[in-house]
Amino acid sequence: MSLLTTLARLEAVRAGRARPLATVRHRHLTDRPLVFVPLTTAGEAGAPLGALVGTDRDAPRLLVVPQPRDRDLRWTFLADLAEEVLPYIDAYADHVEPAERTETDPVTGKKAKVATELCLDAPQIVVPSPAGIEYVRLLGRSMRFRRTAEEDPDAPYPAPARVPLLGRWFTHLAERSRMPGSALLLSATGLLSRHWATGQSSLEDQHLGALLAWIAPDPKTGGTGAEQALRAELARDAQGLLLVPPAGPATDPAFDNKLLAPAMARFDAARAADPADPAARSAAEDAVRALVASQLRPTWDAVWRSLDLVRELPPGAHTEQRWTGDRWSYTGHRDRVRAGEPPQPRRDDAVTAARKLGRRETEQVRLDAQEALDDPLVMAARRFAGEAFAGEITEVVMEWTDSKRPSPRPLLAVATEDGPQFDGPAKVYRSLDGRAQTAEHVRTEEDGTVVLRLLDKMGRGREPEPGTVPEKGDQVCWTLFEHEPRSGPRLPEPEDTPWTHGGPPAAGPEATDPVTDEDML
Amino acid sequence: MPPRPLDARALAALAANPGCRRRALLDGAGVDKPALAAALGAPAGYGQSQFAMIRGNSFEAKVKADGGTELLRLVHEKLGRGAEPPRAAHLPDLAAAGPEGRAARTALALREATASGTWTLLDHPMLALEVAGTPAYLEPDAVVVHPDGRWTVVEIKSFPLIDGAADPAKVGAAARQAAVYVLALERVAAKLDGARVGHEALLVCPKDFSNVPAAAAVDIRKQRAVTRRQLDRLARVEDLAAALPDGTSFAPDRTRAQLTEAVEAVGAAYAPDCLAACELAFHCRDRARAAGAVGTLGRQVRGELGTLTTVEAALDAAAGGCPGGPAEDPTAEALHRAARLRAGALAAAGLPADRTEGPGCPS
Ligand code: SF4
Repeated sequence: MSLLTTLARLEAVRAGRARPLATVRHRHLTDRPLVFVPLTTAGEAGAPLGALVGTDRDAPRLLVVPQPRDRDLRWTFLADLAEEVLPYIDAYADHVEPAERTETDPVTGKKAKVATELCLDAPQIVVPSPAGIEYVRLLGRSMRFRRTAEEDPDAPYPAPARVPLLGRWFTHLAERSRMPGSALLLSATGLLSRHWATGQSSLEDQHLGALLAWIAPDPKTGGTGAEQALRAELARDAQGLLLVPPAGPATDPAFDNKLLAPAMARFDAARAADPADPAARSAAEDAVRALVASQLRPTWDAVWRSLDLVRELPPGAHTEQRWTGDRWSYTGHRDRVRAGEPPQPRRDDAVTAARKLGRRETEQVRLDAQEALDDPLVMAARRFAGEAFAGEITEVVMEWTDSKRPSPRPLLAVATEDGPQFDGPAKVYRSLDGRAQTAEHVRTEEDGTVVLRLLDKMGRGREPEPGTVPEKGDQVCWTLFEHEPRSGPRLPEPEDTPWTHGGPPAAGPEATDPVTDEDML
Repeated sequence: MPPRPLDARALAALAANPGCRRRALLDGAGVDKPALAAALGAPAGYGQSQFAMIRGNSFEAKVKADGGTELLRLVHEKLGRGAEPPRAAHLPDLAAAGPEGRAARTALALREATASGTWTLLDHPMLALEVAGTPAYLEPDAVVVHPDGRWTVVEIKSFPLIDGAADPAKVGAAARQAAVYVLALERVAAKLDGARVGHEALLVCPKDFSNVPAAAAVDIRKQRAVTRRQLDRLARVEDLAAALPDGTSFAPDRTRAQLTEAVEAVGAAYAPDCLAACELAFHCRDRARAAGAVGTLGRQVRGELGTLTTVEAALDAAAGGCPGGPAEDPTAEALHRAARLRAGALAAAGLPADRTEGPGCPS
C-alpha cells in the first residue's frame, strides 16, 4: 500500500468519512449488470440457503432452500438459479462484430491472423464481497461435474438440465475475476474500496454495510460515516439480531439459532405431517422464505447503491480497452461450450497454472500503468515512489542525429520536485494523444532538473511535426514504466481459445463426482 | 467467577498476538473474556450457528464410527505406510474424574499403547500444558499411537477438502491448534522410552461436497516452533498480576467504569487481527480508536508510520509539522511530500482537497 493510501485513510479517520482514492472509475460497468446475493448454510460447504438475483433492482427474484439438507430442494434452487442466470449470460452470445485473432499453427509454430468474431458486449455479475466471488467459484465447482438425466440416463440423482452448464459459466467467471482489472464478475466491496479509503482497516472494509456508511452516510440516520459504520457492523435489536445483516454468504449465527432453525423445524414438521396438509406446508415454507428474504434484501439494496456510487465517477480512459479483454474472455468461453468441450478440469496442470500466473502478473503491470495514466491520483503514488515525475519544461535545445537524413533528437530540461529513481541509462515515456512518446534520460542536474532526449513520434522529416515536441513552459508528466507493457490487448487469451481453434490441449473429460446419499450438493 | 479453562484455540490465538499483555493476563488468569467483554459494553459477536455445530458433531461421529476403523485407515494411508495396516482398533477407556484425572489417565493410556506396539486410537484424550505459569487442559479430537511408538495428532474439521485443497486460512488455524497439542504431547513423551510425537498432524475433512472423510497430512514443524517460542516468551501471569494495583478485579458484576479501569491497567497491543482472535477486540478497538492509534488501520500502516503512532501526529506531519519541532523525521518528511502530491492530484481533478488546516502548533 502506498503512503498516499495511508494518508487518505488517516484523513478519513479525521473527517469521519471516506476520502477518494481515485478520481475516475477504474472498472467498466455495463448498463445491465446482474446482481447476485447468495446465502449459504453454516457448516455446509456449498449448501445454498437462498439468493436474490436479477437485473432489476426493484424486482429481484427470491430463491430459497427451505431445508438445505434436502437434495431435491437444493436441485430446485440450482435449477431456478440457472433459469435466471443462463438467459442473462446467453443474451450476449449472438451480438457479434468481426474481429481478428492470432493463432499459432500447432505444427509449424507460425503465427497467423485468422478472421473470427467478438461479442459486442458481455454479461457482468456483481456480488456483495470477495467471499461472494469465492462462493460463485464453489458453486461452479459443485455443479460443473454433475450429469443430467439426458447426458446419463443411469446417473443416480441426475442434476436438473442446465445446472452443469451454469457450473461451467460460474467457474469461468470466477477464474476470470482473478485477472487484474477484469470486470465480468465483480464484488461491491472490491469496487468501493478501489475508489475510496475509509478510516478503518481493510479487514473491516469487507463489511459492505460499514463500507457504504463510510462512503455515503445516510443523512436521515444522522452521525458521521464512522458512527454509522460502527452501527452497521455491531448494532443488534432486542432479540440480539444484527440490524444490518451480514452481506453473506455466511449468515449471522444469532439469526440461524433464534429464527431460522425453528422455522426450518416447523417446515420439516409440516412436510412430515400425516395426513398431508398442503396449506400448512406452504405456510411453513413461506415463513422460511420471508426470513431468508429479510437477511438478503438489505444487502441487495446495498449492492445497487454501491453501483450507483461508482457509476457517478467518470470512466477511466482505459476501462473500455480492458472490457474488450473481458469480451474476448466471454466469447472464448461461449465458443468452448459450443464446441462441446468438457467442463474445466478440477485442477490446472502445471503448465497451465504457470501460464495463468504469468499472465496475471503481466496484466497487473499493465493495469497499474493504465490506472496511473488515467488518474492523476494514482499517478501521484507512482511519482511518490520515484517511478514517474512531473514538471515544467524549462529549456528545449534542438539537436539531430548524425545520419544522412537527420532526424530530430531534441534535448529537454524538466524542472521537477519529484525525485525520479533512475537506475543507469533509462527510458521514460509520456502520453502524446494517447500514444507513448519515448525519451532517454541524459542526466540529472544538481538542482534536480532532469535532462531528457526525445526519441520518437516526431514524424519522418528533419523538423518535428507541430505539437510533437513539448515547449518551454509546458507541464509534462513522464513515467519510468512503459505504458503498454504488452502487445495488443485486443487479442484473446489462449485459455479462451477453443480447442477446435488451437486452444490448450484438453486432457480428456474428467470423471463426474461420485454421488452418495449424503452429498450436500 | 469460576475460571474459564484455556483451550487450544485460545492458546493458538494467544501465540498469534504475543505482544499483548492484557490478553496474556486475562487468559492466564482464566478470566471469562466473553462475559467480561459483555460487561464492558462491547460484547463479542461470537457464538456458533447450530447448523455448523450439528454438522461438525455428525461429521466427527462419522469419522470415528466403527471403533475408529476408517480413521485408523486414513492415518495408516497418509502417515503410517511403513507399518502393518491396522486391523482392529484398540480404543482405551479414558474416562476419569476432573481434567487432572483425565490427563493422568491419558498419560497412562499413551504409555501402555506405546509399549504394546499396536495401533491405538485415543478418542478425546486430555493433555496438560503449563502456560504462563498456569496449567491449561487441552482436548484434541484424537491421538493415534502407531505400532512403532509414534504419536499422531488428529484434527477433525468440517470445512471441505475440495479437489485436495482447503481454505488456507482454515488449514493454518488447524495447524496452529495441532501444534499446541504436539507441544503438550511432547511433555508426556519426554518421560517415556520409545515414544515420539510426529511432526505431521492428520487433518480430516469432508471430501468435496460429500460427507465422506478425506485426510491430508499437515507438516506443523513451523507452527510448533513459532508457538513454542511465543508461549515461552509469554510473561508469567504472576509477574503481570503483580504489576496491577491492589484490589484489581475482573468480575463481571463490577461496574463498567471499574472494569474499564481494571482492563486499562494492563497494556494492550490492538491490531485488526484481534477481531478474529480475541473476544475483547471490540472493547480494545474502541479504546484504540478513541486514542487515535494508527494501529487500528492495520499492522502494516503502523509499521509504515514508525514513530508517528497517532492519527493526529501523522496528519500534523503531513501538513508540514511545526516550526522548531522535533528534528526532521524521514517518515514525517515522506508524509509531507505524499500530502503535497495528493493535494495536487485532487486539485487537478477538481475534487475538494483533504482538510489541510495546519498542525496544532504551540504558539
Ligand atoms: S483484543 Fe485486546 S486483549 Fe485481545 S489480543 Fe487484542 S489487544 Fe489484546
